[in-house]
Amino acid sequence: MPGKTLYDKLWEQHIVRQESDGTTFLYIDRHLVHEVTSPQAFEGLALADRRPWRIGSMLAVSDHNVPTTDRGDGIVDAVSRLQVDTLDANCDAHGIVQFKMNDPRQGIVHVIGPEQGATLPGMTVVCGDSHTSTHGAFGALAFGIGTSEVEHVFATQCLIVKKQRNMRVRIEGEPGSGVTGKDIVLAVIGKIGTAGGTGHTIEFAGSAIRALSMEARMTVCNMAIEAGARSGLVAVDDTTIDYVAGRPFAPRGALWERACAAWRDLHSDDDAVFDKEVVLDAATIEPQVTWGTSPEMVLPVSASVPDPDAEPDRVKADWMRKALQYMDLPAGKPLREIAVDKVFIGSCTNSRIEDLRSAAAVVKGHKRSAHVKLAMVVPGSGLVKKQAESEGLDQLFRDAGFEWREPGCSMCLAMNADRLEPGERCAATSNRNFEGRQGHGGRTHLVSPAMAAAAAIAGHFVDIREFNGEQPQ
Amino acid sequence: MKPFHQEQGIVVPIDQANVDTDAIIAKQYLKSIKRSGFGVNLFDNWRYLDPGAPDIDNATRRVNPQFVLNQPRYANASILLARKNFGCGSSREHAVWALDDYGIRAVIAPSFADIFFNNCFKSGLLPIVLDEQIVDGMFARVAALEGYRLHIDLPEQKVTDPDGESFTFELDGFRKQCLLEGLDDIGVTLQHAEAIRDYEARRREQAPWLFEEHA
Ligand code: SF4
Repeated sequence: MPGKTLYDKLWEQHIVRQESDGTTFLYIDRHLVHEVTSPQAFEGLALADRRPWRIGSMLAVSDHNVPTTDRGDGIVDAVSRLQVDTLDANCDAHGIVQFKMNDPRQGIVHVIGPEQGATLPGMTVVCGDSHTSTHGAFGALAFGIGTSEVEHVFATQCLIVKKQRNMRVRIEGEPGSGVTGKDIVLAVIGKIGTAGGTGHTIEFAGSAIRALSMEARMTVCNMAIEAGARSGLVAVDDTTIDYVAGRPFAPRGALWERACAAWRDLHSDDDAVFDKEVVLDAATIEPQVTWGTSPEMVLPVSASVPDPDAEPDRVKADWMRKALQYMDLPAGKPLREIAVDKVFIGSCTNSRIEDLRSAAAVVKGHKRSAHVKLAMVVPGSGLVKKQAESEGLDQLFRDAGFEWREPGCSMCLAMNADRLEPGERCAATSNRNFEGRQGHGGRTHLVSPAMAAAAAIAGHFVDIREFNGEQPQ
Repeated sequence: MKPFHQEQGIVVPIDQANVDTDAIIAKQYLKSIKRSGFGVNLFDNWRYLDPGAPDIDNATRRVNPQFVLNQPRYANASILLARKNFGCGSSREHAVWALDDYGIRAVIAPSFADIFFNNCFKSGLLPIVLDEQIVDGMFARVAALEGYRLHIDLPEQKVTDPDGESFTFELDGFRKQCLLEGLDDIGVTLQHAEAIRDYEARRREQAPWLFEEHA
């Protein structure tokens, strides 16, 4: 019998009951909750006169609707405020651990879980949010669920699911300078498409993944969903364990030793078999920029906007035309000549301390281009913000003409006041460039934090590998 | 959940691949704490020419006459015909609630995104996967024939077109059962409460750190 994949192991450890057709009642260890996808679930629970099964599994935070400017006056938008207040009330009523808006630990749900050690290797982690895949970076089986399933986990601590297939994406070799986790995952999506991982759990492996920090691994797993996979995974190693050690929710003492021993087995066996495998050579990956309205519409920064007329597949060509019309881009235009109106550094993809450090290093000593109306940095959590401030990064950003904001989802999806106006073009470090994602009629280009920072300084996209050397002071 | 058995209805085509959940229901409507009322904002960015917001009366907005949902021939459609990877992107179940609230009972496509597919069953919306060629054929016929209807038979797992031609589709047995009976799957799981408690007891022994409480 062949060995097991990491996914096989995690799956087997969480089976409560399995039917003959494979339908499985899967146990959930950690349930992260945010304000947008939970109110109807709490309501459903109350209507059916049910109670949460295990309150201790839950950690809640408001992130999507919170303002990123001064919070002294609370939330101005009444509809947003009601949603945040509803989460507060539900958490208070049930005694659920929650970081309220003015708690220094508040932040984007996928940033605070790992930061607190609430995400641990070997766990099943769910949240009513597709980017729950982020937590797979810890060798945890983590995936997004809909609101009905949120209610299901509240009431039963289980989900009724079927096992997915195993897929491995191996990135071997050493990436060039200026190539980050974001560029790696965008390149993967460009290669396999937004449905490339549908029906699969993707394990990211290979020497290039091993060499990544935890934060970069989170960036990669964050976008597994953009490749169609509900879950991304990275095997546990020293990097994982070092990151988790000492975090507030992590085990301590003898329990820590026991946990580490168990976590050491959280990798695919050498003879494990995958249903699908994709291999990329890290050395061939360049800094990436998306040009269209889907994350798979991505190219190396040295490339030009593609020509739909050269696409033989009719449905795909139509899709490209529609995207280019929406993006207001002509085929053949070099990506480096695309000018941007706004720059957004933030989101659960790229708002951690390393992301901010890398962007700050780029802007240091430079000024935001006069053509760029707004450049904003939104830290992923209050603790990231504090750390950045203690390192003086906020000052570097401010000196360069960037706005330094309070933590939250912000202009990743524009549910709060931060948004693009129709026609505005944005270099964003988030994960989705869908039509209207950052505001009605807004145009999004996904890039790494350093590439976004460089675009803010230059006023258009630049190849970060060239920018480092020759930009005058 | 309301049960699903048969559906006979007008087909509305959305001729685009990779339709994402942001397109199906735009984020400003996710601020609602209710489960209903999303239908008027289904495909909001394509359906209206000016931007919408939860506090704007949709009746005052300019509709986009080009968009299929605004064309009289597709009025009262209950079956949506789509291209591959329908429902990709966010986990928002509001996308399903919007389709359901609008009156869509089934979506036919060559493939769906996983979370969306899963969410459909929770509101009694039937996602049907058919071969790309069959879907192509349906797109051609719906364009050519005004009033094009399909008949969906869930027990038989069959879609029948106006010419009487039938196509069978696959469906997981458990999901089919839930749809046919309109089952509340939380109730189903709670029948196994004992097994859940046994699992927890076992797991607590093996991995006690998973059960630590924090304040
Ligand atoms: S930052 Fe963006 S992608 Fe991440 S949870 Fe918030 S809205 Fe979703």
